[in-house]
Amino acid sequence: MSQPDWNRIAADPDFAALKRAKKRFLIPASLFFLAYYIALPVLVGFMPATMKQEVFGRVNWAYLFALSQFLMSWILAWLYIRAAAKWDKMEHALLAKLGHR
Amino acid sequence: MLLAAFTFTPALGMFVAFVAVTLVITYFSAQKATGSAAYFAAGRSIKGWQNGLAVAGDYMSAASFLGISGMICFKGYDGFMYSVGFLVAYLTVLFFVAEPLRNAGKYTMADLLAYRMSPRPVRAMASLSTLTVSTFYMIAQMVGAGGIIKGLIGIEFAPAVIGVGVLMLVYVVFGGMLATTWVQIIKAILLMAGAITLSVLVLKHHGYSFGAFFDAVSHADYAGTAPAKNLLEPGMKYGTAAAGPWGPLDLVSLGLGLVLGTAGLPHILVRFYTVPDAKTARVSVIWAMAIIGVFYILTTFFGFGAATIMAKSEIMAGAKENTNMVAPLLAQKLGGELFFAFISAVAFATILAVVAGLTMSASTSFAHDFYTNVIHHGKEQSPGEEVRVARITAAVVGAASIGLAIYLGPGVNAAFLVGLAFAVAASANLPVILFSVFWSRFNTAGAVSGLVGGLVSSIGLILISPVGMFGKEGAIFPLENPGIVSIPVGFLSAWLGTLLTARDPQAEAKFAELSVRAQTGLGAETGGGH
Repeated sequence: MSQPDWNRIAADPDFAALKRAKKRFLIPASLFFLAYYIALPVLVGFMPATMKQEVFGRVNWAYLFALSQFLMSWILAWLYIRAAAKWDKMEHALLAKLGHR
Repeated sequence: MLLAAFTFTPALGMFVAFVAVTLVITYFSAQKATGSAAYFAAGRSIKGWQNGLAVAGDYMSAASFLGISGMICFKGYDGFMYSVGFLVAYLTVLFFVAEPLRNAGKYTMADLLAYRMSPRPVRAMASLSTLTVSTFYMIAQMVGAGGIIKGLIGIEFAPAVIGVGVLMLVYVVFGGMLATTWVQIIKAILLMAGAITLSVLVLKHHGYSFGAFFDAVSHADYAGTAPAKNLLEPGMKYGTAAAGPWGPLDLVSLGLGLVLGTAGLPHILVRFYTVPDAKTARVSVIWAMAIIGVFYILTTFFGFGAATIMAKSEIMAGAKENTNMVAPLLAQKLGGELFFAFISAVAFATILAVVAGLTMSASTSFAHDFYTNVIHHGKEQSPGEEVRVARITAAVVGAASIGLAIYLGPGVNAAFLVGLAFAVAASANLPVILFSVFWSRFNTAGAVSGLVGGLVSSIGLILISPVGMFGKEGAIFPLENPGIVSIPVGFLSAWLGTLLTARDPQAEAKFAELSVRAQTGLGAETGGGH
C-alpha cells in the first residue's frame, strides 16, 4: 500500500471537524475532572472541620466526596465512550471518502 | 540448606500452584513468541477485556493492596486518598494517551515522542526516563516483596528477592509480552477474588449492616485494645496536627502526581500496544477502570475493617506498625489458615506480576529505543537482534535490581521510590506526550528540555525533601511529594525549550501526519494474523 497523502487528509474540512468535535468534548471534560478531583485534597486539607460534618449516620462529607470521585470517573468514562462512538463514525466517513477504507 | 529454613505451608503450596500454571503459559508463549511484534507486543492480539484485566493487574501492585489497606487501618481516611487518585488518573489515560499512542506508536512511549523530532536525542532521553521510572518502581516492589515474603512464607529476605527476580526473568526472557500479559490477567482475577471475599467477611463480622460497619469505623478501637478514634475523619496523615503546616499542600501535591503520573508510567503505556487497534485500547481502559475502581473502594472495607476487628498486638511488629501485613492477618483471623494462605499467595503473585511488567517495559525501551534507534540509527543489524538485545537487557536489569534490592535491604523506604516513579512520570513524560500530539510548533529542543527539566526537577526535589537524603530536619524542600512544583516545571521547560529555539520546519511538517495517524488510526501497526 502506498503512503497516504497525510497533508491532503489533514487539510480536509471533515478532518478539521473531527478534531473540533474531539476538542469540544475533551477540553471541558478534562477541566471538569481535574477541578473536581483537586477539590478533594484542597477541601480535605484546608477545610477539615467542614468535611468532618456527618451526613448519613456517621458517614461524613469527606468520605462521600471521595466516593463520588469513583462515580464521577465512571460517568465521564461512559460519556467518553458515547462521544467516541460518534468520532468513530466521522473518522470512518472521512477515510472512506478519501479512499482509505 | 535453604530448604531447611522453612516448612511447607498451605501458602507456599498455593504459590507453587500459581507458579506452575504461569510457567506452563510461559512455555506455550515461548513457542509463539517469534518475531519482534510477538515478543514486544504479544502479536497485538490481546482482546479488550483481557488487556483491561492486564492493565489492572499491572497497576494494582503489592504496594497498593498491602500498603494502602495497612495505611487505611492505621491512618484512616487519608490512606483512602491514594485509592481515589489511582482511579481518577485513568481519565487522563483514556482521554489523551491510550488511543493516540496505539495509533501512532510501535512498541514504546518514545515511538510517539520521536515521531516528528530528530529521533536520536529524543529517544535517548525518553529511554533514560523510562529506565529511571521502571528501575525505581521495581526496586520498591522487590524490597517490599522481600519483607512481605518473609512475613508470609518464612523465606529470608535475600533468597526471597532472588526467587522473585529469577521467576520474573523466566517469564520475561522466554515468554515475552504474551506470557507477562497472562501472568497479569490471572493475578488480577485472583486479587479481585481475594479482595471481594475479604470485604464480605468484614461485612459479615458487622452483621452485613453498612450502618453497623460505619458506626464501628467511627469509633475504631482495634478490638478494644486502643482508645477509640474516628477513622472516617481526614487529617491523621496529612492534617496540620499530624504533618505540620505543609501537610495539606503535600496532600494536594500527592494528588497531582497521582492523577497525572499514571498516564506517563511506561509499563502501563506499553500495554496498549498489545491490542489490535485503538478502539480495543479504549475498551481495555474501560475494563481496567471498572476493575480498579471496585478494587480501590474495597480497600476501605478491609482497611477500616481491620481497625475494628484486629487487636493492636496482632497487627504491630513490636512498637512498629506492621502496615504491610494488615490485610493477610485480617484474612487469617476472619477466614482461617487456608484463606490466609490464599491471600498470601495472591500477594506473592501480585509482586511477581508487577515486577515482570516493569522489566518488560524497561528492556523493550532499551532494546528498541536505545540500541536499535539511537546506536544503530533505526536498523536492525541482523534479523531478531532487537528481541535478543531485549532478552539480554531484561537479564541485566533483573540482576541489577535483585542486587540493588538486597544491597539496600529491607530498611529502604519503598514509598519514597514509588513516589519518585510517579513524580518522574508526571513531570517528564506526560508534558512531552501531550505536546507531541497536540502542539504543532513543538520541536526537538522542546522535547529534550521537557524530559530533562521534568526528570531533574522531580528527582532533585525528592532528594532534598523530608524523605530525601537530609531527612526530616535537614530538608530544604518542605513537601514529600514534588508534583505541585515539578509538573509545572516539566510543562514549562518543554514550552520554553520550544519557543526559545528556532522553528523546526520538518517537525511542523510532520505534525499533519502524526495528527492524522493519532486521530484516525490510519497507517497504524496492525495485529499479526488478523
